[in-house]
Amino acid sequence: MSLAASARRIGAVMRRHIYVLRSSWPRLLEMAYWPTMQMIIWGFVSQFFYTQSSWVAQAFGVLLGGVMLWDVLFRGQLGFSLSFLEEMWAHNLANLYVSPLRPWEHIVAMMAMSILRTFIGVLPAALLAILLYRFSIFDLGLPLLAYYLNLMMMAWAVGMVSTALLMRFGLGAENLVWFIVFLLAPISAIYYPVTVLPGWLQQVAWALPSTHVFEGMRETLFHGRFDTGHFWSAAALNLVYLAAGLLIYFLAFTGARRRGLLFQVGE
Amino acid sequence: MRDVSEPAVHVENLSKRFGSVIAVDGLTFSVPRGAVVGLLGGNGAGKTTSIAMLLGLLIPSDGRIRILGEDMLAHRYRVLERMNFSSPYVALPKRLTPRQNLDVYARLYGVRDPVARIAALARELALEEFIDRHTGSLSAGQTTRVLLAKSLLNRPELLLLDEPTASLDPETADWIRRYLEAYRKESGATILLASHNMGEVERLCSEVLMMRKGRIVDRGRPDELVRRYGRTNLEEVFLDIARAGAAIDRTPAGTGEGHPVAGDGA
Repeated sequence: MSLAASARRIGAVMRRHIYVLRSSWPRLLEMAYWPTMQMIIWGFVSQFFYTQSSWVAQAFGVLLGGVMLWDVLFRGQLGFSLSFLEEMWAHNLANLYVSPLRPWEHIVAMMAMSILRTFIGVLPAALLAILLYRFSIFDLGLPLLAYYLNLMMMAWAVGMVSTALLMRFGLGAENLVWFIVFLLAPISAIYYPVTVLPGWLQQVAWALPSTHVFEGMRETLFHGRFDTGHFWSAAALNLVYLAAGLLIYFLAFTGARRRGLLFQVGE
Repeated sequence: MRDVSEPAVHVENLSKRFGSVIAVDGLTFSVPRGAVVGLLGGNGAGKTTSIAMLLGLLIPSDGRIRILGEDMLAHRYRVLERMNFSSPYVALPKRLTPRQNLDVYARLYGVRDPVARIAALARELALEEFIDRHTGSLSAGQTTRVLLAKSLLNRPELLLLDEPTASLDPETADWIRRYLEAYRKESGATILLASHNMGEVERLCSEVLMMRKGRIVDRGRPDELVRRYGRTNLEEVFLDIARAGAAIDRTPAGTGEGHPVAGDGA
């Protein structure tokens, strides 16, 4: 197995999705639409709370930063799963898997596409926030990269699980792809500190990398420092979840090959 | 080193069970290199399931599969670059143009100079007129030609075709058959064809495997089968086999397990 051949196949799968994106401006618009709408709404909410809440007054961007980083997680997961879902919609999975494409190469291609889709979705909102509210998420500096990487890793882990559900249950599980990550939203402490949660739920929340990312983000915004404890906790948890995600994905893939679901996908 | 003395396909005791349903039941057959062999059978005979197992899309419950000298269950990636597949039931992305689809698959198969290869196939299969239109907007005949082009991109040594002319008008179907005949002669490729079009199988195949309820119930050259059954064409042979099977199923003690068809095949 040569790495050059793997890179070529990964590039081929990405090319397939880029062709689709390139040919459809409504798709591109749709990807940027919700993050931008959310940012606009939360921007006005922030302006209101800035004068009404001492907590938001400490850092205007605490809500906007939360909404943008949450979108990184949501769009990252969706970007991964959509790349798989598109093959199911197109009835193209069998063609892909009788080609020399390895499952791990397909996973890497979906990861790369999720990065691209996240940029297309979140970048316009981030730039518009500078224009509309004079808040730049990029002012977080290098810690932003650390938060972004941790959220993308978590997005891939969740994406692998939702893709595994698609392989197991077919298009009947399609809606799960859209809302699975929202199960984690209430305990990810996106817009409020984790201490707001009941004690027992805080323990659950700390088991999520996203909670460490949002607590870390607030630490940077309020105190201007990068909390390495949160960073390493998130990274370590992500490694565990990625390993679990991969295991679940490959189990589902083998199950799909056993049941013949790669050949005939549908509801 | 490649062992070219081995048959292109060698299957031993291949079975697939889905719970209590036996879809394929102990298939054993070989396809010599350069031959065109037909898998014939009615709906639910196990043709598509067998092809899916040969491609590695479906893991068998039992049995061995060797393709182009390699153990398909253990080393499928060693052979996938040397084979290909086409089925009207497995589509290409409709929002991409045929050129884009072929470009993606050329890269997946590691085709050298994809642009030239796609241009050559577009000429041979008369795709030029619609190669830059959305695949979803093509007629059934045009789509079949695009799928065929995809399956020929890597100049496969083994081509698996699942009902290659299903839902095509007679003229387009005839054109596809002529193309496949010419391709096999020119390339020396092996073709395994699943179909319930008897005329197609009679014309293209040097050997036929008759399937019913997951088993091979007879086999032989098309003319040989026709002679052995005392019929005038393969369609009548197929009907004889199907009716014999149905009669077995209707017997009071009929368990559906017997396959006593005329002839000495299987």
